[in-house]
Amino acid sequence: MARVDINMQVRSVNGSIAVVSLDGEIDVYTSPKVKDFIGKLIDKGTYTFAIDLQNVRYIDSTGLGVLIGGLKRVREHGGAVTLVSTNPQTRKIFDITGLIKVFDIYDSVDDAVKALK
Amino acid sequence: MMQAREIGAEAPEIEVRIPSRPEWVALARLSVATVAARMHFNVDEIADLKLAVAEACTNAIQHARESDEIVITCRIYSNGLQICVRDFGIGTEAERIRSRDLGEPRVGGLGVYLIRALMDEVEYSVEAESGTVLMMFKKLGDSAR
Repeated sequence: MARVDINMQVRSVNGSIAVVSLDGEIDVYTSPKVKDFIGKLIDKGTYTFAIDLQNVRYIDSTGLGVLIGGLKRVREHGGAVTLVSTNPQTRKIFDITGLIKVFDIYDSVDDAVKALK
Repeated sequence: MMQAREIGAEAPEIEVRIPSRPEWVALARLSVATVAARMHFNVDEIADLKLAVAEACTNAIQHARESDEIVITCRIYSNGLQICVRDFGIGTEAERIRSRDLGEPRVGGLGVYLIRALMDEVEYSVEAESGTVLMMFKKLGDSAR
């Protein structure tokens, strides 16, 4: 059985925007790791995120919950979250759940970062 | 009642039993994807089925107290795939089948909403003594039959 896991990396743009790149599958097993990763960045004072989902092969409601939770936390500090995804299935899930109206989703990291400046 | 499946048709069954723990949900969705691929569901439909069964298992893990195991049964009909996800825990009907209001973004409540959106038929059966069964059915497209 293929190992299901998630790899997470972060880089800073202009010292204030965190570009978080996620690679793998986000489900009930891995979403706590993503929540913890983003939560620690927020705890350290990062409130503006571009989250790159281009290499996310699968995301379910627990993953969406993590993104919603992160968005709510950063908004309390005047922050924002943009997403990057070109995966039709991922976009379909955001569309079905209405989250397409909550998150701005871009085709590239550059566009997602520009929108935050 | 499920109406879409062809009553009386022979329905081969594939059963997968997983521990009721997060690390095993991937096995459930990969198993269902394998069955669906053999039935010639298309890529988008297989993705829908994977998500629906994973959401059902996640729901069982999160809400079925004192359940050690989840049983996923796939029944292959000529016109589609029926998937039953059974747990053996204690949980109230209200918390198990509640679908979220999309008006307000919040954490949780999306799973049941997604299952209902992605599958053609969905039925919950909550039994106080024996647990919960989620039965769902996805029709096979005409080109695959």
